[in-house]
Amino acid sequence: MSGFGDVSVREIFNAEAAKRILITDGAFGTEIQNWKLSEADYAGTLALGHDQKGNNDILALTKPEVPAAIHRAYFEAGADIAETNTFSANRISQADYGAEGLVREINVESARLARSIADEFTAKDGRPRFVAGAVGPTNKTLSLSPDVNDPGYREIDFDYLKDVYREQIDALVEGGADFVLIETVFDTLNAKAGVMAAIEAGAALGRDLPIMLSMTLTDLSGRNLSGHTVEAFWHAVRHARPLTIGLNCSFGAEQLRPHVKTLSEICDTLIMVYPNAGLPNELGAYDEAPATTAGLVGQWAEAGQVNVLGGCCGSTPAHIAAIAEGVRGLAPRAVPVPPVRTRLAGLEPFFMAA
Amino acid sequence: MTNTSANFVNVGERTNVTGSAAFKKMIMAGDYTRAVEVARSQVENGAQVVDVNMDEGLLDALEAMTTFLKLIAAEPDIARVPIMIDSSKWEVIEAGLKCVSGKPIVNSISMKEGEAAFLHHARLCMNYGAAAVVMAFDETGQADTRDRKVEICERAYKLLTGIGFPPEDIIFDPNVFAVATGIEEHNNYGVDFIEATREIKARCPHVHISGGLSNLSFSFRGNEPVRRAMHSVFLYHAIPAGMDMAIVNAGQLDVYDTIDPELRTACEDVVLNRDPEAGDRLVALAERYRGTDAVAEKQAAEWRGLPVTKRLEYALVKGIDAHVVDDTEECRQQFARPIEVIEGPLMDGMNVVGDLFGSGKMFLPQVVKSARVMKKAVAHLLPFIEAAKEPGAKGKGRVVMATVKGDVHDIGKNIVGVVLQCNGFEVVDLGVMVPWSKILEAANENDADMIGLSGLITPSLDEMVTVAEEMQRSGMTMPLLIGGATTSKVHTALRISPAYKGPVVHVLDASRAVGVATTLVSDTQRDPYVAQVAADYQAVRDAREGKGQNALLPLAEARRRGFKADMALKAPAVKQPGVHVFDDWDLADLVGYIDWTPFFRAWELAGTYPAILSDEIVGESATGLYEDARAMLDRIVSENWLTARGVAGLWPCHRHDDDVWVHDRHAEAHRSPDGGAIPPGFSVPNLDRRDEHSTRLPFLRQQIAKREGRANMCLADFIDPAGDWIGGFAVGIHGIEPHLAAYKAAHDDYNDILLKALADRLAEAFAERLHQHVRTDLWGYASGEQLTNEALIREQYRGIRPAPGYPACPEHSLKRTLFDLLDAEANVGLELTESYAMLPTAAVSGFYFGHAQAEYFGVARIGEDQLEDYAQRLGVDRDRATRLLRPNLD
Repeated sequence: MSGFGDVSVREIFNAEAAKRILITDGAFGTEIQNWKLSEADYAGTLALGHDQKGNNDILALTKPEVPAAIHRAYFEAGADIAETNTFSANRISQADYGAEGLVREINVESARLARSIADEFTAKDGRPRFVAGAVGPTNKTLSLSPDVNDPGYREIDFDYLKDVYREQIDALVEGGADFVLIETVFDTLNAKAGVMAAIEAGAALGRDLPIMLSMTLTDLSGRNLSGHTVEAFWHAVRHARPLTIGLNCSFGAEQLRPHVKTLSEICDTLIMVYPNAGLPNELGAYDEAPATTAGLVGQWAEAGQVNVLGGCCGSTPAHIAAIAEGVRGLAPRAVPVPPVRTRLAGLEPFFMAA
Repeated sequence: MTNTSANFVNVGERTNVTGSAAFKKMIMAGDYTRAVEVARSQVENGAQVVDVNMDEGLLDALEAMTTFLKLIAAEPDIARVPIMIDSSKWEVIEAGLKCVSGKPIVNSISMKEGEAAFLHHARLCMNYGAAAVVMAFDETGQADTRDRKVEICERAYKLLTGIGFPPEDIIFDPNVFAVATGIEEHNNYGVDFIEATREIKARCPHVHISGGLSNLSFSFRGNEPVRRAMHSVFLYHAIPAGMDMAIVNAGQLDVYDTIDPELRTACEDVVLNRDPEAGDRLVALAERYRGTDAVAEKQAAEWRGLPVTKRLEYALVKGIDAHVVDDTEECRQQFARPIEVIEGPLMDGMNVVGDLFGSGKMFLPQVVKSARVMKKAVAHLLPFIEAAKEPGAKGKGRVVMATVKGDVHDIGKNIVGVVLQCNGFEVVDLGVMVPWSKILEAANENDADMIGLSGLITPSLDEMVTVAEEMQRSGMTMPLLIGGATTSKVHTALRISPAYKGPVVHVLDASRAVGVATTLVSDTQRDPYVAQVAADYQAVRDAREGKGQNALLPLAEARRRGFKADMALKAPAVKQPGVHVFDDWDLADLVGYIDWTPFFRAWELAGTYPAILSDEIVGESATGLYEDARAMLDRIVSENWLTARGVAGLWPCHRHDDDVWVHDRHAEAHRSPDGGAIPPGFSVPNLDRRDEHSTRLPFLRQQIAKREGRANMCLADFIDPAGDWIGGFAVGIHGIEPHLAAYKAAHDDYNDILLKALADRLAEAFAERLHQHVRTDLWGYASGEQLTNEALIREQYRGIRPAPGYPACPEHSLKRTLFDLLDAEANVGLELTESYAMLPTAAVSGFYFGHAQAEYFGVARIGEDQLEDYAQRLGVDRDRATRLLRPNLD
């Protein structure tokens, strides 16, 4: 249960975002690696049939002190938002670990953990902290065929994926998440299924359940895997009335620059961007220094293009601290009021004067 | 990225089974491939939104809708525009919404079934993220008059905005009805629509107005000129009133001003209901237009209206051969001499093509299409030129080209020939398997400026050296160009260039051929270029000389360091030993096994399929080529142009040193000439290692000294000395000749090369398919294997199929032994040339190794000791062995 009383969390968030640039947290995966956990650490006493090593999300049940410590580190670095450690906590991804039966528990516990630490920090200084229930894209795609010889084939369908998302979203909300963060969207239709699940979850709760959307680009021309440009993506999901929209993962801040600018100009909602800490080096590791990342994303802040900043792969509490420090006192982006036009989209945006 | 914005939107209507009989036929027949092409041509022809409708009584509309939407989602040049999901059944619409990833338009929702259902559907549109066409339809029926249309739309508007439906996402369809039906009450329908449009726009801010135009002219079915005129006149008046979307075939609207004024006035009188007799007048007038085909006229009008020389240039650049003979003839009559047509407008056009190609704005497939147009034009002119006894124009230079003796591969050579012709060179193509004597003779007789040699298999490298030696012997000085898959700068520098004192140049690919040839015929550039190439090759030779080559191990040591396969991992016994013949493998089955990436490489388009189709630079060209290829494949399959014949054999064997002894006679009695199963109960009676009927397969071993722990590989290492199994196969695609002859006769290099390239792909696909059949059935060691084509291409299966002449067993004569084992000539009509090239050209052969650790490798350089050893094992003298192994010797 979120701790904001009667005022809707959407209003509180918007009010905070009007005052300053908010900070979301950074990477979990790379932070968890630092703990050098063994298979036994991951598996705990669950006695699942599969090797659990690498199942980061299950730590909420087997080693909660790890995600707890990471949440704490990010709040201490200055984060306003904790993203739950639930990127893969859906039935499809957990099936790889034989843990699909634990989806609800993982999400409830992960959200509860983030909620309690968020509330603990809010209690200390009175500044609201938020919990975004992270919903990853799963490893299946609704828009593309995995079989090159059968372009009409799909591994899953919309309703199935919607149910998968719904199970996760319900559990996240039960654990105390304020928002549903549909992130790392490589397939726009997957995201639309997630949006539908969140809308239906909100309807079942009988209240507004704000959605955050974050697209990931797969090429430098600014398209995701399903082929949508950032603008087409915006048109395709605008009906979700997202609290924030933006980009995460895929590239470093340097590469995202033109696309952040585009979104910033067209979206009549808050912009949240959390890039990787640069591009991976030849060993696959991220080595962009905190000051460098902070400098790059700071340029967006100075240009008035962003409302929420954070980090994705390779970012650390030091990166988040540097970003928070770098944008302190800078004015947040003013949400524009774009003209009324009909916005349609294929892979590319389409407008009609209205 | 194209940001499209519009004040009037054309919605493509050809992918609508209720509006297009042709599309309906395709869908009913399940021909989705062609149906997808209809959508593509819609978008190419300017449709800004594509309407998809599958409402047909005999069709499972939901299934057809979702199937089609998923297929077009895979086509970036269709999926780039928004989709209009069109059905009278909500469940079909909702199923469609679950397949469309952008923001589509739903067509349609209405209050026909009351407010509750209407708002339920509207909410779902909002939640799926879709705009909606709202029909002017309520519980009592469709709105016909102006007032009813306005009333219903305004009511719908209030309901929709009341639940938060964005007004800009509402598109009203106030119903276009038929006029001039002979029924008086219908006369005002046009006016009703136009006036209602104006009123709705005023009362309902931000909404759009759409309509299906074909209803309007329903009375004039079969009279296209009149229907088009009515539609144009209607839009001319409805658009200013606020209509901003129409479901219409954009290619079939006439420009208002160009409509015959008499017809235009008659249409206008009907649409605007100017007097009660208007309908009768139009009906009477319409008879005069029945059957006139203004469509073709209009399509032709644009570029066909250009002056003839410009038309030729356009046809050349666009590769359109439909009118080229007529245009060439028209041009010929304008010029004093026919040769001037070639030297003038045709060469001008080809220069444009050459410039575009040179600057990377055109790609090989398009250039080859251009060449087809050029050839047809020249073919038309030649009789006139000869009649006038004019000497043929020599152009920039004359090149004699040939694929050398023993080799049959000519796709690359043909491409180079076409590209050179496109750039003003005259090409004398001697074909394939051309002996050196004929090459030299042709070069002298034709007063050639240079000779170009091509070859694909390694023995051709030797043959090229022979040609060079003979050119030297006969005292020639003209440049010699070397090209083809196995040729290289290093081989040219080390082996060919020293044999001939004239300029010798290795040409890496077709795109370089023009530059090299042009330089070699230039008075000023030739000498410096020749000197530079010579110096370059000398540097290669010096580097080779001075370079401390990798040390070779003595053969005995290399054998000691051979790969120690774990024989616990060898494949189980073959389920169906013996020889299996497949006389006519289903081509349709092979299509799915095609690896397209090498197909594009053959056309010098770099990239991996399917990403190459949407590549920023070559995507358009690759897509066009791919479409042509798929269309030809369809014909190949449906019209049985080609026959896939193949044979696979599986035999007991054992290994001794680097030889594999195949006990093929033991399995001789076991043949399945129809490719079917061999009856069970077969057992291998005798695995005697020195059986007199056994066939010896000598394999080569890597001899280069490797670091510790890395084996010196030999294919024999994958066979158990204590008894094992090995296989062999040969597949070929037959029957291409008459089709190639037809293309040649039509001067159609493009389709000629396309067909050859496809036959090659089918042969490779057959090899892949047969290997799979062997793994899962005939040998049967991987009966549960289930791999996608992508996985097959990445070789994610157990076992290998190395081919004689390729790196793991580079010596070509082993192909002879393999063919004997398979009795390939008799069983499947495959032949070998003296250089061991296979005929028909589209053919693949190789050995099957089933050991789990079997992998591909390259034998690379071998030593004198292995040469001696191999000669003895093969039973040939040292000279012969040296020739066979030359590419692997120092």
